[in-house]
Formats: sequence, structure tokens, C-alpha cells
Amino acid sequence: MIHGGLFLCAVFSVFTTVGIIWILASESFTFFAEVSPFSFLFGTRWAPLLEPRSYGILPLICGTFLVASGALLLAVPIGVGSALFLSEYAPPWFRSVIKPILEILAGIPTIVYGFFALMFITPVVIKPLFPDANTFNAASAAVVVGVMIIPTIASLCDDAFQAVPRTLREAAYAVSATRLEVSTRVVLPAGLSGVTAAVLLAFARAIGETMAVTLAAGLTPKLTANPLESIQTMTAYIVQVSLGDTPAGTIEYQTIFAVGLVLFLITLSINVLAQRVLARFRSAYE
Amino acid sequence: MTQSANMFNTRLPRRRLVAGLFAGMFLAITLIGVAVLAILIVSVAGEGWSSLSVKFLTNPPSRLWPENAGLNSALFGTLWLTGITIVVSIPVGVGGAVYLEEFARDNRLTRLIRINIANLAGVPSVVYGILGLAVFVRWLNFDRSVLSGGLTLSLLVLPVVIIASREALAGVPPSIRHAAYALGATKWQTVRAHVLPAALPGIITGVILALSRAVGETAPLIMLGGLTFCTAVPDGPLSDFTAMPIQIYNWLDEPQPEFHHLAAAGIIVMLGLLLSMNALAIGIRAWKQRRRLS
Repeated sequence: MIHGGLFLCAVFSVFTTVGIIWILASESFTFFAEVSPFSFLFGTRWAPLLEPRSYGILPLICGTFLVASGALLLAVPIGVGSALFLSEYAPPWFRSVIKPILEILAGIPTIVYGFFALMFITPVVIKPLFPDANTFNAASAAVVVGVMIIPTIASLCDDAFQAVPRTLREAAYAVSATRLEVSTRVVLPAGLSGVTAAVLLAFARAIGETMAVTLAAGLTPKLTANPLESIQTMTAYIVQVSLGDTPAGTIEYQTIFAVGLVLFLITLSINVLAQRVLARFRSAYE
Repeated sequence: MTQSANMFNTRLPRRRLVAGLFAGMFLAITLIGVAVLAILIVSVAGEGWSSLSVKFLTNPPSRLWPENAGLNSALFGTLWLTGITIVVSIPVGVGGAVYLEEFARDNRLTRLIRINIANLAGVPSVVYGILGLAVFVRWLNFDRSVLSGGLTLSLLVLPVVIIASREALAGVPPSIRHAAYALGATKWQTVRAHVLPAALPGIITGVILALSRAVGETAPLIMLGGLTFCTAVPDGPLSDFTAMPIQIYNWLDEPQPEFHHLAAAGIIVMLGLLLSMNALAIGIRAWKQRRRLS
């Protein structure tokens, strides 16, 4: 009896996944009955709420990747550098101070980062450097999302470096390698698949990030690579529709399920890839 | 002689210098995180400190008089949501973790469940909002109630609770289980009387961190039915609600700077709550480590 109850608890998570896939797929189905999947996936104009309507998702995907890759550009060097310092250089007391601070940074709600982007990053950092930047811009969103994923990268990379066997380090120190050479030529290459998995997981988080990009990046779907312009991400679009007064059941409303499906599939495939890489890393050292 | 000296010229001083420079750079990089946290707290405090008062905690929000607006209904909404999340996610999450760690055989289904949980933890929160909208608001007809919100947040934190509880259970030494079995205890008696109590501090730490995630979530709640402006404290599971992050977004959305000060004051209250939850979790972990050492 107890065994069965506990089993149900564990299987509950599978129901959740099935529920997500079922709802996204069935609701998108009514959308794709009216809009062809081809024009949805390859259309270059996204204007489901304005006449003439157009349902090409590429501008939203472009905005999402602009913010997420900007975030990685900032967070990967800082995250990996911090992890190397914590794992190879820092004394134990320093680790025990920094690790909780990183945890706090990871626990700050995304709406607070949205506030930070709007009230600090854009007016104090971006505007003075680039006076022609829009009030809502992809760059400020990328900066705060980058800050948000630094702890993810730092703590997963730190785990990866800690798993590298001591003997490898000792062999390098024995032939008079400096600490830097041990870090960058022994520990980093040995932990590389762990670092890859960390970056992939952080990338998926950046893609799914919602409130900070809704507040900071704007609501104008645009196919651009210029981070100083106002853009829109997939997540921000979904929030915009549910904030507005679009009646449920209309084709405009169904777009949130189609966009949600694309978002889910992109983050899922990145996560699955990350788990694969992580599993291979674990089997190499554990 | 000179030739062999050249052969062993390892340029050690120069390499040591470079290594020293990089050590400083790595330290500086590590401190960036600390600096950003400090700047963030200072900028929020500077913006919101003046609006913070007892009145701010006891008054309902107001659209017309920012000087009288408060966080009361949002604070209680958040408490309701957290309460529902605790009631739902802890039994299911800990139960699932106990099954996977203590009872499950290593077969295909178990592996599927494990992979599934790891992937669920990476699903964007806004997708959980879509799920909650379709299942709780529409299908089960709970409308945009605090119950729908709490159940959606429960689904969201469930993978985190399971993963943290599994780690805590895996950390219990096998010798404790073997001792119980040797005295004739059944599997369930062993788990309930010995393994769970030993894993409890770790489970509590994980649960607190999961709940602090639920407190700050905004997007899934907005998905359930937009930005409602609600001045009443919930009086039952089916009543309308607002929550701290929703109210903060509401204030940020207003054009007047007075409302931005209110948003910042709301953030101070929310961060205060989250930091004390974090401190509690870190405290429990430290206490556990000390007990293990002694």
C-alpha cells in the first residue's frame, strides 16, 4: 500500500510532463488548422494583434536568442573564472563566504532583476555609453539575465572542477607547473564536458527567462542583431497576451500555445543535450 | 654547459608573474558577483526606503493615492500561495524522492522518471503558467483563485523538492539501514523511523530553498489571469488574490515615479522575506554539518 502511494508520488512528475505536452500540442493544433506551420516557422513578421495579421515566429526567436547569447557572453567568462578561482585558488573560508552569496544571487526573483535593468542598468550603464539606445533594449535584458545565470554556471563548473582527480593536478605541480597552468591546461580541459553542460543549462534558463526580459527588452518583435533596439522574446510575448484583453479561444489567443510549444521544445532539447553531456562527464570520473 | 642551461630554461619567473596576475584577475572576476549584489541592494534600497513604513505593510494597494498604498493584500496572498505549495509539494515531493531513492528497482521506468524530473526542473516557469491556466483555471474550474495559483506553484517547485530530498536521502549512510534491517524492521519501518529523520535537515533545507523560489515567481501567476488589482485579503482557497511579485509588477507598470518607489519598497519587503528564508536554510545546513562532525 505504502509502496504504491510512494510510487504514485514519483509517477506524478511524469503526469506533469504529459500534461504540458498534451496541452501545448492540442491547443496548438487549433492554431495550426488556420495558420500553416511553414509560414509560422519561417515567416519574418510577427503581428498577431495588428492588421494586417502575420504569424511568422522568427522575430520572436531572434529576440530570444539575442538576449540569451548576450547573457552567455557576459556570464560564461565570469562564471567559469569564478569557478576556477573558487576551486583552484581560494582558501576554504573564502569559499564558504562566496558560495552562499552566489546562492542568494541565484535566489533573487526575476522581477527584481527586471526592476534593476529598468532603474539602473539602462539609465546608469547603457545610456551614458550608447546615447542612442532605446529605453527598452535587448542589451539591458542581456546584462541582467547574464547576472542571473552566473551562479548557475559558477556552481556547476565548480562541481565539475572538484570532480577532476587530485592526481592530475599533483602530476602537473610535480613538473613545476604554476597554478595558472594547472588551472587552464589540466583542470579546465579535464572538466570541459562539465563546463559544457553548465553552459547549456544556463542557456536554457536564459531562453526561458520571462519577467526581466518583459520589463527590460520591450514589446516590439523585430528581426535585428542590434542589442540597443527594443525587441520582444517568446516569453515576453506570452506574458503580453495574457496581460492584454485578447478573448480566449480566438486565433490571436491560441498563438500563446504555439509560441509556448516552440519555447518548450527549444529548452527541452537543450536540457536533454546538457544531461547527456553531464552523464558522460560523470561516467568518466566517478 | 650553456646549451644545457638553455634547454632547462623554464622561464619560471615570468610564468610565475603571469600566474600571479591571473590569480588577481580571477579574484576580481569572483568579486563581480558580490559587487552586483551590493549595487542591486543599494539601488533598490535607495529607491524604496522612503516609502517603507508600518502603513505600507497594513494598507491595501491603491491606484489613486500612492502615499497611502500598501502591500497588505499581496503579503497575505503570498502567504496563502506558500501555504498551499507547502501542503501539496512537500508530501508528493518527499514521497516521490523516498520511492526513487529507497524503493525503486533500477529498471527502465525508474530511469524514465529520473530523467523526466531532471528535465522538468528546466522547463521555463511561464510554461507552468500555461499548464495551470489550462488545467486548474479552465478544466477544473477553480478560476483565477489562490488555489489555482498555489497548485501551479506546487507543480513548479516539485522537481526541486524531489531532487533536494533525493540528495538528502542518498547522504544517509547505508549502515543505518543495515542496522535496522538486522533488528527485523521492514523496509517502510526503516525508512520512517531511521532514514527520514536522518535526512530531515537536508530535506528541510531543500524545501525552504524551493519555497523561496515560489515566493518570487511572477510569470506563472500572471498567466493564470492577467494582472489583477486586488485589495482584499483571501478568505478561502477559491477567492481572488494578488501576490507580492504581481503587485510589484503592477507598480512598475505605472508611469509615475511615486509608484516606482512603492515597487522598490515592495521589493525590499520581498527580499527581506527571501533572505531570511535563505539564512534559515543556510543555518540548518551549518548546524547539520557541525552535528555530523561532533
